[in-house]
Amino acid sequence: MPIPIPTVSQKNKTIEISGLNFFYGKTQSLTNVSLDIHEKQVTAFIGPSGCGKSTLLRTLNRMYDLYPGQRAEGSIMYRGRNILDPGQDVNMLRAKVGMVFQKPTPFPMSVYDNIAFGVRLYEDLSKGEMDERVEWALKKAALWGEVKDKLTKSGLSLSGGQQQRLCNARGVAVKPDVLLLDEPTSALDPISTAKVEELISELKQDYTITIVTHNMQQAARCSDYTAYMYLGELVEFGETDQIFMNPARKETQDYITGRFG
Amino acid sequence: MIGEHSSKQYDHELETIRSKVLLMGGIVETQFLDAMTCFRIGNVERADRVIAEDDQVNQLEVQLDDACSHLIVRRQPTANDLRTVMATIKVITDLERIGDEASKIARTSKSLHGRGAVGINHYEMVRTIATATSDMLHDALDAFARLDGKQALQLIAQDAVVDHEFRMIMRNLITFMMEDPRTISSALDTLWVAKAIERIGDHAKNIAEYVIYVVEGKDIRHTKPAAPIPDLPPAA
Repeated sequence: MPIPIPTVSQKNKTIEISGLNFFYGKTQSLTNVSLDIHEKQVTAFIGPSGCGKSTLLRTLNRMYDLYPGQRAEGSIMYRGRNILDPGQDVNMLRAKVGMVFQKPTPFPMSVYDNIAFGVRLYEDLSKGEMDERVEWALKKAALWGEVKDKLTKSGLSLSGGQQQRLCNARGVAVKPDVLLLDEPTSALDPISTAKVEELISELKQDYTITIVTHNMQQAARCSDYTAYMYLGELVEFGETDQIFMNPARKETQDYITGRFG
Repeated sequence: MIGEHSSKQYDHELETIRSKVLLMGGIVETQFLDAMTCFRIGNVERADRVIAEDDQVNQLEVQLDDACSHLIVRRQPTANDLRTVMATIKVITDLERIGDEASKIARTSKSLHGRGAVGINHYEMVRTIATATSDMLHDALDAFARLDGKQALQLIAQDAVVDHEFRMIMRNLITFMMEDPRTISSALDTLWVAKAIERIGDHAKNIAEYVIYVVEGKDIRHTKPAAPIPDLPPAA
């Protein structure tokens, strides 16, 4: 399969991935992936289960480091440095490239502390500044109105949709550059999904967002660029409208029209 | 259709829509041919049948619009499926208008032949444009059925021939009317018919443009023709 040439290049690039290979032990799960993630745009990764889209997302903040036997080759340039470089400060990287997971993962502590916890790791704020930051993050995540009277209640007492937005707020609170969202709405009802999608379009004013989703309509609604992956390879990457209206490759068309497998 | 969906029901829905469009196309094509026969020999029964068939065409338009809305809401079609549905919604509008034009020709034929004295060789006047247009319509429906972008492009170029022919007819009729005012009413009827035929050519061209949209994903409406215009057919 020839290396696809990204069709877009005018906008500023936040992350440049080139020649990325990824291995789980001896199993190769990403093969020669190259694409650019654009600043203050939403990039969606779509593809069937096992195509490597979550793996690709997890390389962007070295989440795979937590597991033995997993390694990446190639380069992921971010702020002039290769993320994959062994000398990379992983904690700083994850502060700048934040991640929100498929299932809501609130910490077993108060709503307030869920937000403040991450901020305290990187910044030394006064009580007043911290209060402001927590309110700001919860407002960004469209959750403030619902939780402002129960900031001391446990984060686990919130509904699933609220928990997911709490995690979004937590991700936003440390003011990252890039937010990685791995299936952020797969466990949510349509109303919470709509709120999270609204949040995504709100957040892209300030952040670069990358989202993995199985919901193709969601990718079509929320993203500016879409990458279609299959069996660890990037099949097609382009502007979302073009991918969904008139994909260049037949494989992409078969997948998004439901002619797959 | 290229390949099959994981959902057989989706394939079935798309196929039902497609075959209904082709049915509708077949009816309007017959309407047009029958209308031209009426114009030639003044068969009142056949004219009434053309006019009556218009109801069926209108019904099909409503049914197909409904089927397309249902498909959109149930399946959220993308890529070539989306283009097929979008094009279908537009194609049926053009087909319905072709039906209207055919009815118009049938009604005009009834009144023209009802008055008796024709005065000019009215059918001979529109014979070339009618043949060219009926070919275009046939090709457009054929291109839609087979999703043949090449055939669609060829017939789009043919529209210029029809337009040219219409201007010739108009000049001819003006000459008749100036020379003998008694021919005015039949000349005007002939002109309406020629105009209706020319419009049918435009609708056939539109259908061809939608075929190209489905096949290639390119919207070529309101752009200059890419293919060279073929030579005018020899006047018979």
